[in-house]
Amino acid sequence: MAYIELKDIDAGYVKGSPILKDFHLEVKRGELISLLGPSGCGKTTTLRTIAGFISPEKGNVIIDKNDVTKYPPNKRNIGLVFQTYALFPHLSVFENVAYGLKRRKVDKKTIEEKVKKVLNLVSLTGFEERLPANLSGGQRQRVALARSLVIEPDLLLLDEPLSNLDAKLRDEMRAELSRLQHKLGITMIYVTHDQIEALSLSSKIIVMNEGNIEQMGTPKEIYEKPATKFVAKFVGFDNILTAKFVECDEKNTAIVSVGENKLKISREQHIDIKSLNEGDEINILFRPEDTRITKDKCENSIQAKLNYANYQGNSSSYALSYNDMEIRAITENIEIQNSKDIYFAISSDKIIIEKK
Amino acid sequence: MKKSKFLIFIVALAVIFLIGPFIIIIVSSFNETAVMKFPPKGFSLQWYQKVFSVDMFKTTFWISLKIGFFATIIALVIGIPVAYLNVRYKYRGKNIVELIFSSPAIIPGLVIGFALLRYFIYVAQVPITVGLFLGHTAILFPYTVRVVSASLRNFDLSVEEAAVSLGSSPIGAFFRVVFPNIQAGVVAAFILAFITSFNNVPISLFLTGPGVSTLPIQMLVYMEYYYDPTISALSSIIIVLTVLIVQAAEKVLGISKYM
Repeated sequence: MAYIELKDIDAGYVKGSPILKDFHLEVKRGELISLLGPSGCGKTTTLRTIAGFISPEKGNVIIDKNDVTKYPPNKRNIGLVFQTYALFPHLSVFENVAYGLKRRKVDKKTIEEKVKKVLNLVSLTGFEERLPANLSGGQRQRVALARSLVIEPDLLLLDEPLSNLDAKLRDEMRAELSRLQHKLGITMIYVTHDQIEALSLSSKIIVMNEGNIEQMGTPKEIYEKPATKFVAKFVGFDNILTAKFVECDEKNTAIVSVGENKLKISREQHIDIKSLNEGDEINILFRPEDTRITKDKCENSIQAKLNYANYQGNSSSYALSYNDMEIRAITENIEIQNSKDIYFAISSDKIIIEKK
Repeated sequence: MKKSKFLIFIVALAVIFLIGPFIIIIVSSFNETAVMKFPPKGFSLQWYQKVFSVDMFKTTFWISLKIGFFATIIALVIGIPVAYLNVRYKYRGKNIVELIFSSPAIIPGLVIGFALLRYFIYVAQVPITVGLFLGHTAILFPYTVRVVSASLRNFDLSVEEAAVSLGSSPIGAFFRVVFPNIQAGVVAAFILAFITSFNNVPISLFLTGPGVSTLPIQMLVYMEYYYDPTISALSSIIIVLTVLIVQAAEKVLGISKYM
């Protein structure tokens, strides 16, 4: 049974040209769902529609069996965490957190207890009297989190909450969010354009593009079995080569040709490779991380020209070109004397086939 | 980088050009003789005493103060919602609304004064004080709307949305969260609008009448009859007061970034 449901929603900022069209979404109670996609894909529009800041032109928003489509945002009991933290600059940490409770006419003693408890939860005890200006980015985001958790919302919406933090803090906050979600069991919808955040936090990921859901699945499904070319590119299948389909054997291993080279592809595909005919033009996609560099010809290897190598410590990033197509490889460091005799190779289970 | 001598020279010229007349006014206000002279002869405070002994100055000072204060308050009470609407929302005819509210700063004051005279006195036949007050209110909108808009634009919309998501009504969120954070802008708008009203001549020229005048108009009238340093003394008082008020507001609220 769905806890949050968006039914056939048309919504956007300009009347008559909605960003979301016939949009449908279901979230179970206690789930952490990520909306993943590039900017402009409609993920923030979805969030704002659920929060009530956008009134859909059509369709219904249902939270815990209540149709809240016509409710204003202040009557929905939804917690919101913003990318910019959106703390009240003129109020202390305590007053920021107490804000929602005061609007709910909670008595003073209970407010003090609840604020204390939630500040302890986000490890900010002792910061009660500080103003937001005197906090670090990570601390501000924890205040924002505490402020939206203290009202015990039916749902917590997070709009790119970590993207203003530096890399180290981002990791810390990600772990903290994960811990809080497990501890409180609160239903969360998390908007991000960062696949690592989505993969590490969510129980389910929804990849969005141009107002549509491209794929919905567990982090593992999204990462390992992207259902569309868009999702594949979004989760890091950055290398694309044009190829021709040759044949498919009984073990479902496909043989494709890239120029003179023959490649084996044993990976389970989201398209039916049986439907392909010999000579069909296809694209093959694979990750830079799955691309190895060798000096000698080996299985599933293609000779290429090395353009440059970029040393990154325990690995190197190589830019190669094959027939004017650019290939990137991130792999262990190798000594290269002659940039002409270079091969790149991909394991047969790491390649996606895409119809052209 | 080395400072260019040429730039310093230009800036110095501009400063002399701007400050020079004020220095002359202030220095000549301490003149001993009844004729305005520069450089002055001797030192005396008699013209300051005279300022305070002329009844018309006192009366019109209070009128100017009251008109300025109430016109500014009304221009703010109406100007803040207008600024809020224009900063937060897109709507049809927004450009026209913006143009209308900034027109009093673009159209020559004499034209406005004349138009208001026709409208208030001949058509609507309102009392002189009311006409003067309404006229001043009208010309203050560009300042209140623009300055408040600037401070609203600097304020993150999501802070307001956070307040609403926590249970505030939109109006509650405005008074609890937005207003406390645009206070400095509102004070800046108040000072700017008040000074604009207090100094205004062209509108007041048309809208003052028998028994009701403002300080600048009274000063003009006085100068037509007497050419003595009393006006210098009065001007010096106004200059010093203005500078003190603006400096105090700047120190406390940092209003300069909104002006």
